[in-house]
Amino acid sequence: MSTTLLLVQILNGLQLGILLFLVAGGLTLVFGVMDVINLAHGVQYMLGAYLMVTATAATGSFWLGLPLALAAALVLGLVLERLVIRPLYGRDHLEQVLATFGIILFVNEAVKMIWGAAPLSIPMPDALSGSIRLMDGLNYPVYRLALLAAGLGVAAGLYVLVTRTRSGMLLRAGASNAPMVSALGVDITALFAKVFAFGAMLAAFAGAMAGPILSVEPGMGDGLLILAFVVIVIGGIGSIRGAFIAALLVGLIDTLGRSFLTDLLKLVMPASDATQAGPALASMTVYLLMAGVLFFRPRGLFPAPA
Amino acid sequence: MRAALLLSALVAALALAPLAADTYMLSLLARAMIFAIAALSLDFILGGAGLVSFGHAALMGIGAYGVGILMEEGTRDALVAFPVAMAVAALFALATGAISLKTRGVYFIMITLAFGQMAFFVTQSLSAYGGDDGLTLAARSTIAGNRWLKSPLTFHYVTLGLMVASALVCAMILASPFGRVLKAAKDNERRVRALGLDPYPYRLIAYAIAGALAGLSGALLANLTEFVSPAFLSWHRSGELIVMVVAGSMAASALGAGGTGRLGGAVLGALGVILVEEGLSHLTEHWRIIFGPLLVLLVLAGGVRSRRARP
Amino acid sequence: MVSGRTVCRAGIAAALAMLLSAGTALADPVKVGLVSTLSGPSAVLGQHMRDGFLLAVKEMGGKLGGQETEVIVVDDELKPDVAVQKVKGLLDRDKVDFVAGVVFSNVMGAVVKPVTGNETFLVSGNAGPSTIAGAGCSPFFFSASYQNDQNHEVLGQYAQSKGFKKVVLMAPNYQAGKDALAGFKRYYKGEVVDEMYTQLGQLDFSAELAKVAAAKPDAFFTFMPGGMGVNLVKQYRQAGLADTIPFLSAFTVDETTLPATGEAALGFYSGAPWAPDLDVPANKAFVAAFEKEYGYIPALYAAQGYDAARLIDSAIKATGGKLSDKAAVRAALKKADFASVRGNFKFNTNQFPIQDFYLVKVGKRADGKVETMVSEKVFSNYGDAYAAKCEMK
Repeated sequence: MSTTLLLVQILNGLQLGILLFLVAGGLTLVFGVMDVINLAHGVQYMLGAYLMVTATAATGSFWLGLPLALAAALVLGLVLERLVIRPLYGRDHLEQVLATFGIILFVNEAVKMIWGAAPLSIPMPDALSGSIRLMDGLNYPVYRLALLAAGLGVAAGLYVLVTRTRSGMLLRAGASNAPMVSALGVDITALFAKVFAFGAMLAAFAGAMAGPILSVEPGMGDGLLILAFVVIVIGGIGSIRGAFIAALLVGLIDTLGRSFLTDLLKLVMPASDATQAGPALASMTVYLLMAGVLFFRPRGLFPAPA
Repeated sequence: MRAALLLSALVAALALAPLAADTYMLSLLARAMIFAIAALSLDFILGGAGLVSFGHAALMGIGAYGVGILMEEGTRDALVAFPVAMAVAALFALATGAISLKTRGVYFIMITLAFGQMAFFVTQSLSAYGGDDGLTLAARSTIAGNRWLKSPLTFHYVTLGLMVASALVCAMILASPFGRVLKAAKDNERRVRALGLDPYPYRLIAYAIAGALAGLSGALLANLTEFVSPAFLSWHRSGELIVMVVAGSMAASALGAGGTGRLGGAVLGALGVILVEEGLSHLTEHWRIIFGPLLVLLVLAGGVRSRRARP
Repeated sequence: MVSGRTVCRAGIAAALAMLLSAGTALADPVKVGLVSTLSGPSAVLGQHMRDGFLLAVKEMGGKLGGQETEVIVVDDELKPDVAVQKVKGLLDRDKVDFVAGVVFSNVMGAVVKPVTGNETFLVSGNAGPSTIAGAGCSPFFFSASYQNDQNHEVLGQYAQSKGFKKVVLMAPNYQAGKDALAGFKRYYKGEVVDEMYTQLGQLDFSAELAKVAAAKPDAFFTFMPGGMGVNLVKQYRQAGLADTIPFLSAFTVDETTLPATGEAALGFYSGAPWAPDLDVPANKAFVAAFEKEYGYIPALYAAQGYDAARLIDSAIKATGGKLSDKAAVRAALKKADFASVRGNFKFNTNQFPIQDFYLVKVGKRADGKVETMVSEKVFSNYGDAYAAKCEMK
């Protein structure tokens, strides 16, 4: 195994991690601040991609389409918050699960009725459609590097927002003691609505950015939602920093497991057994990681202060 | 008492159903009752001990594969296969529960998902038993050598009997001192510990019992469909079971028959979800567009009725 | 067409009207249960098959074999146990005369026993698992599609004949994926440098593609159905591999995925018993009618659905509508007396087709749309490898 291949795979892993972080970031915010389990977060990611399909087709431009799609996702997020999520504040987690599961069913079906069942695609912006030769015979699309950069930018922005600004302070205060913040004259309902819509927009951003490399199809958010939950649980619920580190960890371990596990097993067992066991084990690595982390740290890597 | 009343009414309706139902309806009801057993098992730990398992389909699937693999190897009789299926599922619950129960709340939900997914991937790589294509059973299980289960009517009553037995077992355990410790630990863990009791072994045993019951429902499902497949273990199925239990207990509490852990809701939920899905899917191919909002409305209506603070 | 079940219910009304006017004592309408996957990410495959089947029925005036026909469409949700439940409904409640369709092998594995055990004819519109083609064959099972291994064998044979020295293979880690690679290797005798199994539903293939680039094979073969295929094709193109390593595939680039991959798939190869541009008169008419009716280009699933309906039509016609005589219906089905869109089509001893298989290549039509096009014939009059194991006469 060459060093270049290893480096390329690490880059691939980071990039998957960044995508996961964009989805997990909003999920952990909503969960941590508002104490709402929002299963509909996955369909918000999917909606981002579909809105982007329509917006880029209508404007003929990726760069005009993106803000339009994000604005639409923000509005849909606000509507969803007002209609369904707001009455769920302070309710039992399982009731939130049930209601947001209902939203998943509804949105998946609606998307299929509106955009059809066939997978769709978003064209790559011309400015980012080039590629860089990383190793012999393999080009690395500039777009993927841009995705990596955008994700890192969002992560940095979020960090500054939460730790350095007044809104961030209110957010943290609201998370630890909502009635107290409310009593101090802060409109907690409006704050929650903003957080929720912002989370929805982050997920939509992930969907819109993933569109040029991934297929846009009904139900595309379901599998990713589960992975995002894995990420926030490993990271510790409510912790942006935890979600970031866990997302990169999951991305790396999954990618490296897929790339090298079978070959590593071949060193210690017969090749035929290795090709049997390797892929099965590689699909489990993420779950093994989660089980392992929770075994030693039952509340994740960065548990929120109770 | 209303919970018991609800449960009895449902059982009575199911017992009388063959008078009116055709063979198709009977197989649909059998399916609903099989899911009701799995839902009962989930409600037992969810309502009784506050443990939300998101890997329950794996326990069901392990029971189903128990029957399927034994039959492939020549053991057809339910008197052997069913107890083995239950025991294997209970053992899996015991082993994974030993680790999972170190966590609480959402962390428990996700770690049970992790183990469920691992079981799913293992069944998928079982090439000898069909892998992802699944395994066709030669026939339904025999009972002491008799092919009774072949008859839809017998199958209906056997399933109903096992469902009632499962409900009774759950209810008896929850009412026993053992069950009261579980319930107390759910409501206030610190107090239970202060009394010198460690809830961990109680929860572990409860989880294993739930595993055995889920394994039983899987064994029945394998018999109903005469087929087992990794799809039985998918996380979607685990999610459906949670939906059945939660939706059912919300509907039951609207009838004044108690929330989770009162068992009536689990049966009502399983029957309700399967029959409503069936009804809606006859109406339109896009039935989810109706079913989704129905679930939302159920939750929102429940909120209007009793706005209570989360524990 | 809004409702799943009431599709073609209008046929009943027409039948009644005809009954009254003609005064002849016609039997109940023919009932066909069409099992297809219509929800989840794979719904597009089921949609093609359903549309193909319904188009054939519509073209024949809502009739099969001259008899009024009710087609009951059910969604198997890609869950085997749900499929069994719905099929029981078709058999016990609707008392259908035929069950047709089924996209996925794991669903077929689940429904084949209840249907054939009920002595009802099952006409596959796609899935053709090896068990049913071999030892598990049934007099009540007919395939209007292919046996699962065959499309992969086309590429194996092609790679062998092209003299490719080394190849890299990749498929999802499940039974169909393993069967795919085994099918390829049945004819390919060169070196397999790497055999990669990916996770089902995997989104990103950059890790695998980096390994492909590092291995520098003469060709790359993959089986990556549905959305996974879309991702792979786009990423293969973006990684610059499309220009250096030929992309051979099965069920990966076809008319279900091409709308999403577009020109990224140009020049990619696949193997199939059919392509939209296959030069057969019945096919020309079918593709034109399909595009007119539904506004998109049919894929193999649609063609097979269409053929399945016409096969059933031919059998009802031959038996004069006497469907209770199972032996006669079976004999009529076996004749395959219909103009298949694939041209050459007859049944083997295991009641799977003997047909021609082609290497197809993604190209651009005159109107700028992208579709698979016949590149060369790889197998003629080709039966599957399992027929010998079928003990049926």
